[in-house]
Amino acid sequence: MRDLELYVHIPFCVKKCYYCDFLSMPADDEIRRHYVDKLIEEIRQNAPDCSQYQVSSIFLGGGTPSVLPGVQIAEIIEELRQNFNIGQEAEITLECNPGTLTRQKLAFYKLAGINRLSLGLQSAKNRELQKIGRIHTFEEFLESFDLARKAGFSNINVDVMCALPEQILEDWQFTLKKVLEVRPEHISAYSLIVEEGTPFYEAYGEDELRRQRGEIPLHLPTEETERQMYEFTREALADKGYQRYEISNYAQPGRECRHNIGYWQMKSYLGLGLGSSSYLEQARFSNTRNLETYLEGRYCNLTEILQQAEREKAAGTREHREETQIVHLTKSRQMEEFMFLGLRMTAGIERKRFQQAFGVELESIYGNVIQKLQQQELLKQREGRVFLTEEGISVSNYVLSEFLLEVEEIEDCSL
Amino acid sequence: MAVIDQKNIRNFCIIAHIDHGKSTLADRIIEKTGLLTSREMQAQVLDNMELERERGITIKAQTVRIVYQAKNGEEYIFNLIDTPGHVDFNYEVSRSLAACDGAILVVDAAQGIEAQTLANVYLALDHDLDVLPVINKIDLPSAEPERVIEEIEDVIGLEAGDAPQISAKTGLNIEEVLEQIVEKIPAPQGSPDNPLKALIFDSLYDSYKGVIVFCRIKEGTVKVGTSIQMMATGAVADVVEVGYFGAGQFIPCEELSAGMVGYITASLKNVRDTQVGDTVTDAKRPCSEPLPGYKKVNPMVYCGMYPADGAKYPDLRDALEKLQLNDAALQFEPETSIALGFGFRCGFLGLLHLEIVQERLEREYNLDLVTTAPGVIYKVHKTNGEVIELTNPSNLPDPAEIEYMEEPVVSAEIMVTSEFIGAIMDLCQERRGTYISMEYMEETRALLKYELPLNEIIYDFFDALKSRSRGYASFDYEMKGYARSELVKLDILINKEEVDALSFIVHSGTAYERGRKMCEKLKEEIPRHLFEIPIQAAVGSKVIARETVKAMRKDVLAKCYGGDISRKRKLLEKQKEGKKRMRQIGNVEIPQKAFMSVLKLDDK
Repeated sequence: MRDLELYVHIPFCVKKCYYCDFLSMPADDEIRRHYVDKLIEEIRQNAPDCSQYQVSSIFLGGGTPSVLPGVQIAEIIEELRQNFNIGQEAEITLECNPGTLTRQKLAFYKLAGINRLSLGLQSAKNRELQKIGRIHTFEEFLESFDLARKAGFSNINVDVMCALPEQILEDWQFTLKKVLEVRPEHISAYSLIVEEGTPFYEAYGEDELRRQRGEIPLHLPTEETERQMYEFTREALADKGYQRYEISNYAQPGRECRHNIGYWQMKSYLGLGLGSSSYLEQARFSNTRNLETYLEGRYCNLTEILQQAEREKAAGTREHREETQIVHLTKSRQMEEFMFLGLRMTAGIERKRFQQAFGVELESIYGNVIQKLQQQELLKQREGRVFLTEEGISVSNYVLSEFLLEVEEIEDCSL
Repeated sequence: MAVIDQKNIRNFCIIAHIDHGKSTLADRIIEKTGLLTSREMQAQVLDNMELERERGITIKAQTVRIVYQAKNGEEYIFNLIDTPGHVDFNYEVSRSLAACDGAILVVDAAQGIEAQTLANVYLALDHDLDVLPVINKIDLPSAEPERVIEEIEDVIGLEAGDAPQISAKTGLNIEEVLEQIVEKIPAPQGSPDNPLKALIFDSLYDSYKGVIVFCRIKEGTVKVGTSIQMMATGAVADVVEVGYFGAGQFIPCEELSAGMVGYITASLKNVRDTQVGDTVTDAKRPCSEPLPGYKKVNPMVYCGMYPADGAKYPDLRDALEKLQLNDAALQFEPETSIALGFGFRCGFLGLLHLEIVQERLEREYNLDLVTTAPGVIYKVHKTNGEVIELTNPSNLPDPAEIEYMEEPVVSAEIMVTSEFIGAIMDLCQERRGTYISMEYMEETRALLKYELPLNEIIYDFFDALKSRSRGYASFDYEMKGYARSELVKLDILINKEEVDALSFIVHSGTAYERGRKMCEKLKEEIPRHLFEIPIQAAVGSKVIARETVKAMRKDVLAKCYGGDISRKRKLLEKQKEGKKRMRQIGNVEIPQKAFMSVLKLDDK
C-alpha cells in the first residue's frame, strides 16, 4: 500500500502577526464552526478516492489550529480516522501557539491521538515578541510547554525566528539558549522573510531592498549578521545534540519531522481545508483561497481531478481547465522538483533514487550544473549523494534555481 | 476629375517651430476643404504612423491632396506637403520644401519666433518659396499678435501686417488662410510636353505595391507604362501606377503632369533605388540635367544594435532590411562584439532617428535589443598617413599608430530668453563649445551661436538645454566640419575584463567624469554575485575610476511552508528568468539593460 500524507489547514488565529502572510485570519465562533463542518464534508467527499493509500502522517497547520475548541480538533481527527486508512505509527502533528493552549485542549489532543506538537515561540525576548505582533510572552510559552509535557507529549517542536528588525547576534543567542533549556525534541529556526502585503513590508520593505542591493540596512540585520546567526544556530544546536537535517530544521536523533521530509522527498500528500495544496498522481492542485467560496462547498473534487490526471497521463498532453489549478507534472518538472526539494535536506539527494524514479542517470540531465556548482564549492558529492555545502545553503536560492531546466531541455526529456 | 488647369494648383507646406501648431493647422485645412467630414477627422490626420502619434512629432513627410472651392468661384487643388519637424531630418525637410511653391509659416502668438522657425524660414527662402505668415494660438490669454507681427517683420523681413490671425485649435479664421493660399502662393510652372523631370521628396515601401515614390512633377508627364529612370542611382523601371494622395490613402489617376504632386509605383524593390532628392526622368526621353540639390544622406550617429537573444540575429537583419525599405537614411553593417555576440553597427541621422528605429524594431518587429553607446564618426589620422573613419570605438588603432584625431563639429543656434543666457552659455562651455556670436532679436531674447562637437550634443544636450532654461530655449544645428581634438578611448573593465561593448571615445578633459559616472551606473545595474566584482574605467592602462559590487552573502528561502511547492517554484523561476536577460562576461552576468543605462548619464 502506498503512503499518503494529510495536511489539514485551519485558517484562523487570534490576531495576525506583523510578518505573517499565511492564509489566516481572526474569525468568530460561528464561522469557525461552519468551517469545521465544511472540512468534515470535504474529508467525507474526497477520502474514498484514497482508499488505496495508507496515511503515514497528518499535519494540522494554520493559522493557529489551537484557537479551535479542543473538541473540534478531536472531531476532525476522528473524522479522518473514520474515512482514511491511517497507519498505526502515523505521525500526527498539531501546530499551536502559546496563549491559546489549555490543560483541557491538551487532553483532547492526547485523546485524539495527536503525538507531536509544534509550538510557535519565535523569540525568548518579550520586547521582540511584542514588536513582531505575537500575542504571548516567553513566560506563557514556558507555561504552555510545561502543560504539554505534563499532558504526556514527548515529541515537541519549537519554532524560533532570527534576523528580526534591530536584532543582534546576542539577542538570537539568548533565544536559542532559552529554548535549549526546555529541551524540545525538534527546533525549527527560520530567518524572517519580509513578505509583500504584510505590515512588516510597509515598515521594512525598503530596508530589505537596500539589503538585497548589498547596502547596509537601517533596521534589519546585515546579511553578514544573518549568516553568523545561521552558523551559530547550527553549531550551538549540534553541541546540544540537534542535527540540522534541512535548511532551517534541527532534531534530536530520530525526531526529524516525517511529514516535512515527505514534502522534500516528493511523497504524495492530500491537502484538506482552505487554500491547502496537494500532490497526488504526479499532479499538483490546491483548494480555493477564498473563505466564502470554501464555505459554499467549492473545494477540489478529487474524483474529477484524478480522472483528469489519468487522462492527461494517458494522452501525454495537458487539458486546459482554468477553474481547477491542477498542474500535471511532466517528467522534467518532476526532475526539477526532485532536485530543488531534495537538496533542501542536508543529506541531499541519492543518485540511485534519481535513476530509479526517472530511468536516466543524474549526470545525463544535471551533469553540467553539478560540475559547475561543485567548482563554485556550493555542492558536494559523497557516497552516491549530492548535497549542499554550508556556503551552498547560505545562497541556496541561487543554487536551487540552477536545477530548473531550459525549455529545450524540458521538451527533450518529456517525450 | 477633368483635366486640371495648372493655374489652379497650389503646392505648399507648413513650417513652424515644434509645438507652434503645424499639425493642428493641417488638420483644420483638410477639414475646411471638405475632403473629409468632421466625423472622419481624427486628431492630426497627417501623422499616421503610430509612433508619430504617440510622440506628437512628424517623422516621415506626409502629403495630402485636397480640393478647395475659393470665393472667386473656382476650384483649386491644394497639395499640402508635410515636413518633418526635427533637426535630425533636415535634409528631408529641404527636399519637401523643394517640392513646394510656397510655405505657410506658423508662428505662435505668445512665443513668437524661435530658432527652428528661423532655420526653417531661411531654408524656405533658399528654395525661393513664397512665405505666407500665419499667427496661431490667437485664443491664448498670453497672445501678443502685434508684437509677433513686428517680430516677423523685423527679424525675418516678411510683410506680416495682413497675416491671418488664427486659432487652429478652435478653427478661427482658417478661411482666411485658405484664401491667402490661393492669392499669395504662386501656381506651379513647367510644361507637360517637356521631357519628364520629377523630384523625389519621399518614398515608402508597401508590401503590396512595392516602392511608392512621392514626387513633384516639375516638367513633363508620367503615366502608366512610362519607362522611368532615377538620375542619381541609375535605377530604371516601368511605371505600374500613378496617383495622388487622399487623406491616408492612395488614389490612382491616369497621369501626373508638370505642376502636380503625386505618387508613382514601378517595378522597384528597394527604396534605396529611390533616394530622396533624386530626379525621375523618362528613360527613353531623358531631361538634360537633374534637379539641383541632391545629396546622399549620411548618417551622423552610430551605435551597435544586438539582439538580446543571440538566436534572433537573422530576425534583426530581416527587420533592419525591411525598415531600410522605408528609411533610406538608415545604414547598417554586421559587427561582432565579444560581449554581445553578433549584431549590427547602425548609422542614423541623429539620436532621435536612432531612438525611433530602436522603438520600431522593438514594437513592430518584436525584438528585444541591446544598444551600445551612440558615437559619431571620428577621423583617425595615422602616423603612416592613412586616415580612418572610425564608427566603432573597438576599431581604434593602437595609440602609438595615431598621429592625431578629428571629430565632427556643428554650428548651433540657440534661441533663449535673456535671463537664461548665462546658464546656456555655461552649458555650451561645459560641452566644449566655442562661442561665435550673440544677437539680440529683441530686448528679451537672444540668438546664441556656438560651435559644438557633435559627440557632446548627441546624448542629452537637448534635455540639459530644456532643463536649464525651464523649457524656454530652442535649438538647431547643422554640420560644420571636422576639427582636431584630444580624444581618448574610455574602456570599462568588469571583474578585470574589458567589455568591448561599453567602450567609447571621449574628450580627454571629460574622461574622468564620464568614467566615474559609468562606474556608478553600472554598480546599480549589475546584480550581486557570489563574489565581489570590481568595475573600473580606464584610459589605456590607467584606471581612472572604480566601484565595487559587493558579494552576495545570503539568499535563502528559510521557510518553505506546507506543501505549497508552486510558490517556491515561482521564486526560483523568477531568479532563473532574471539570468536569461544577462550577458555572461567572464564569470559575471551583466543584465542587458546595463548596456543601455549608460547612455543616460545625465546630470541631475
